[in-house]
Amino acid sequence: MAPELGIFALILAFILSLSQAFFGLTGAWRGKPVWMAVARPAVTGQFVFVVMSFSCLVYSFVNNDFSVLYVARNSNSQLPLFYKVAALWGAHEGSLLLWILILSIWSLAVAAFSRALPLTFSSRVLGVMGLISSGFMLFTLWTSSPFLRLIPAAADGADLNPVLQDFALAIHPPMLYTGYVGFSVAFAFACAAMLEGRLDQTWAKWTRPWTIFAWLFQTIGIALGSWWAYYELGWGGWWFWDPVENASFMPWLAGTALIHSLSVTEKRGIFKSWTLLLAIFAFSLSLVGTFLVRSGVLVSVHSFATDPTRGLYILAFLVLTIGGSLTLYAWRAPKLYAPGGFELFSREFFLLVNNVILAAVAALVLWGTLSPLVYELLGVGKISVGPPVFAVMFLVPMLPLMVFMAIGMHSVWRRGKLTGTAKSLWWLAGAAILLSLGIQGLVFGELHWLGLLGFSFGFWIIFSALLEPLRRLRQKQTLTAALMGMCIAHLGVGMFAIGASGVESYKIEKDVSLKPGGSFRIAGYDFKFLSAANVRGPNYDAVQAEVQVTRGGKPVTLLEPQKRHFWVQQTANSKAAISVNWARDLFVAMGDPLGDNAWSMRVQYKPLVRYIWLGAIVMALGGLIAATDRRYRVKVPAAAPGLVTPPDRHTELGSA
Amino acid sequence: MWKFLLPFAAFVALVVLFAFGLNPNRDIHALPSPLIGKPAPEFALMDVMDASKVVSNATLKGQVYVLNVWGTWCFACRQEHEALLEIARQHVVPIIGLDYMDEREKAKQWLTQLGNPYNAVAFDTDGRTAIDWGVYGAPETYLVDTKGRVIFKFITPMTADVWQHEFLPRIAAARRDGA
Repeated sequence: MAPELGIFALILAFILSLSQAFFGLTGAWRGKPVWMAVARPAVTGQFVFVVMSFSCLVYSFVNNDFSVLYVARNSNSQLPLFYKVAALWGAHEGSLLLWILILSIWSLAVAAFSRALPLTFSSRVLGVMGLISSGFMLFTLWTSSPFLRLIPAAADGADLNPVLQDFALAIHPPMLYTGYVGFSVAFAFACAAMLEGRLDQTWAKWTRPWTIFAWLFQTIGIALGSWWAYYELGWGGWWFWDPVENASFMPWLAGTALIHSLSVTEKRGIFKSWTLLLAIFAFSLSLVGTFLVRSGVLVSVHSFATDPTRGLYILAFLVLTIGGSLTLYAWRAPKLYAPGGFELFSREFFLLVNNVILAAVAALVLWGTLSPLVYELLGVGKISVGPPVFAVMFLVPMLPLMVFMAIGMHSVWRRGKLTGTAKSLWWLAGAAILLSLGIQGLVFGELHWLGLLGFSFGFWIIFSALLEPLRRLRQKQTLTAALMGMCIAHLGVGMFAIGASGVESYKIEKDVSLKPGGSFRIAGYDFKFLSAANVRGPNYDAVQAEVQVTRGGKPVTLLEPQKRHFWVQQTANSKAAISVNWARDLFVAMGDPLGDNAWSMRVQYKPLVRYIWLGAIVMALGGLIAATDRRYRVKVPAAAPGLVTPPDRHTELGSA
Repeated sequence: MWKFLLPFAAFVALVVLFAFGLNPNRDIHALPSPLIGKPAPEFALMDVMDASKVVSNATLKGQVYVLNVWGTWCFACRQEHEALLEIARQHVVPIIGLDYMDEREKAKQWLTQLGNPYNAVAFDTDGRTAIDWGVYGAPETYLVDTKGRVIFKFITPMTADVWQHEFLPRIAAARRDGA
């Protein structure tokens, strides 16, 4: 009964989202308040039915209803309860339903918090979001229903892919989708502004917190994915430049650029058409990512089962949403030009550089991801783009970006004159270089150019980010949430730079063959293989090794890596054991038995690797703080968008 | 204001590209290779596992064999590894690895830790042999018949299913023809 109810609820939600789109958009167009008033209740109704539909699928998973094809394919009666729920988004159909659920939550949030906005504007926003929801619901109902029956029912399910049976990966899709889908809010705001033919600073003030929230979820989502790849694939890498990783990284880059460009539009009322374009790009790149993952156009490990109808549907959907919004852009953006100059080395200048570099990196990543397809289309031969190419494409623009970031934090609006605190930057740069040389020489005992660059820039950005908050604290001045948010987010960038360059410069990875009693030394740590024993998990058998780690005779930790053998899918999976502290990870993963009780083991020393993800979390935290700034909470009088507010005259620091 | 149409124009190009990618006649798994039916390009390269040895396909003349192109940088290669190990256990044909644009140390570690499905692994440092073979990306798997001709090329990770349905029948046919 549950799956039929699920379909029925989804159909009702689809109808409601269509009416949300129709009444929201035409009501605003025709100026009919009664029609516009329909949009908000339609959102609430849509949300209720989507939750109902989603719960039906959860119910089928939890109750092991293997007469549902999707459940039979992705779950198993022995699967732990947590993973039964997470298995829901383990494949194409269910993850699409998750996408719809998250979109309806965002819609509900926009409906709830947009009451202070003018009615025509908010109903246009909800109308655009209704169009997006209905597009995804139709996609699910038409080509990808997770509720199809399997007759006769399977005796048991085929199980969730063992590599997906992991906590970080179970929560990675919800986080990432919250980010992807969240950019639809900025997109809807942009479309509504273009439909109104009016875009002022108030608009930027409304749009910015939504964008920051979407961005921070995506930041965490990407970090979780990277963390998962690091320990679950047993290979110790943290980023692979896989098409699907790129698909999540491109909207993140566009979203990061958007946050910065919005601050210029908010403060100065300029960069309007560029901000609009970024708002369209951030969400469009999310949709393009969806297309790439689900259409089978590119080959990737993350690829979902492919089906030409699905690819064709998403392509048609892309043409309607992206094509439609870009047409609207070409028509309306020229009218939005606002004069407003700024000097070289003013805050606007630094934010412009930030935008140009981030957009260029996004374009390069898009090119790298799609170039095999382009070459194939042009028939000029076939190429493959490996991680080294991406690494260079990423590093070359990122290094200057870090310089501009460190200095830009101390620039002021309009005038090309840095603040007084900026004077300290120059000797702090020297201090950062000395500090990184010192760490390289004393801790790692080896100079490495990547480490030198990464550490120096990283420390410099951290120092630069701390300067202004410290000065204000010392002089007992107030610290706004906006300033704190910016500084903390940039601090996260510095931590990331140190972590990424540190681990890439000084990691040690060794494959060894060990017998019980045998030991191996890397980076001053002795890894002693004590014993291996059979253990039993909820749905797998495993061999667990005990590896005693000591340093200079003193015990450090006991690592217990496992080689798991999952019963249902009959696949083996190595579960790495990792010892973590603030300076390094020690990583042991089991390979294959080599006979005679010997095992091959991969032993790794990963200095500073945690700062990669910690940096991402700090960036997200900075976003969270910035989004709670008081100016975003002030109720806007309903008449505001009609007024053309003059550009702010004051040059407040840290509002970016 | 034509410059505001630029994003739209770029998007149109993207749609053309995607539509091409969706073309049902474009089989990404069995890309038409100009090499099919032609003699397999010969190579003699360093053995990944033992630098003093040479791996050459000249010694395989008269045998049906499989050439699998991979690299440790290739995410999807990790994914097909279990399937390759399983296929190797069946001992149907020799499997030659072509380690492409890689670091030898890493490749050795990979094979030691994950298990080695290959009879021999050739180390193609600069990717020249891969270019000869028309390698598009990794992983790719080629089938060569008894007369030394490439008869099939498969792109994307190898699976037990593909082995069963695409390779085994062709191997059987190649052996019949060769006998």
